[in-house]
Amino acid sequence: MKSLKWLSAALLLWSSLVFAQGNLDISSPAISTLKRSMQERHTQLAPLYESGAVGLTAEGGVTVRDASAVPLAQRAQAAALVAAENADRGALYREIARANGHPEWEADVRMTFAGRWAERARPGWWIQQGGNWVRK
Amino acid sequence: MPLPVRTGLAIAVILGVAACVTINIYFPAAAAEKAADKIIDEVWQASPPEKKEDAAANRGGER
Repeated sequence: MKSLKWLSAALLLWSSLVFAQGNLDISSPAISTLKRSMQERHTQLAPLYESGAVGLTAEGGVTVRDASAVPLAQRAQAAALVAAENADRGALYREIARANGHPEWEADVRMTFAGRWAERARPGWWIQQGGNWVRK
Repeated sequence: MPLPVRTGLAIAVILGVAACVTINIYFPAAAAEKAADKIIDEVWQASPPEKKEDAAANRGGER
């Protein structure tokens, strides 16, 4: 009888522990590499966000929304930055899902990030909301 | 087996199973938001205290 009490206590403890594991693992080497790469690129992207040349998409990426805000000579570079950033972001979402044992979560991770990027965008940056561009 | 023990055991098992199902099938939206914020902080450099510590550690290593 005593052992049964202990068993139920142990089960309760275990179930509460399982519930408590509400964290996503974002410490894999691939994630760190992607973060660093995006961090370095951000110094070049920030002025483009501010000028409105580049905006944050509703799908968790970035896009050139007003090429005329970039001098002609720098447009190719801006487009390359956007492409590289989108590649890194896509890889980041995929890697977070994979690192947590659920590759099928990739789309959910992407949509979560899309919301957080938009929410945390600095004043003056452009974000895509419901198909429209909005200036924060 | 007395009723309280049996009830306790049943609750424990149900909670345990529910917890497993929760963790294994459903996307943990709150945890994902937390993770996203952490990464966004780092990428957009909105967490200067941590950065400073890192920089100090790096400088220490170079000396």
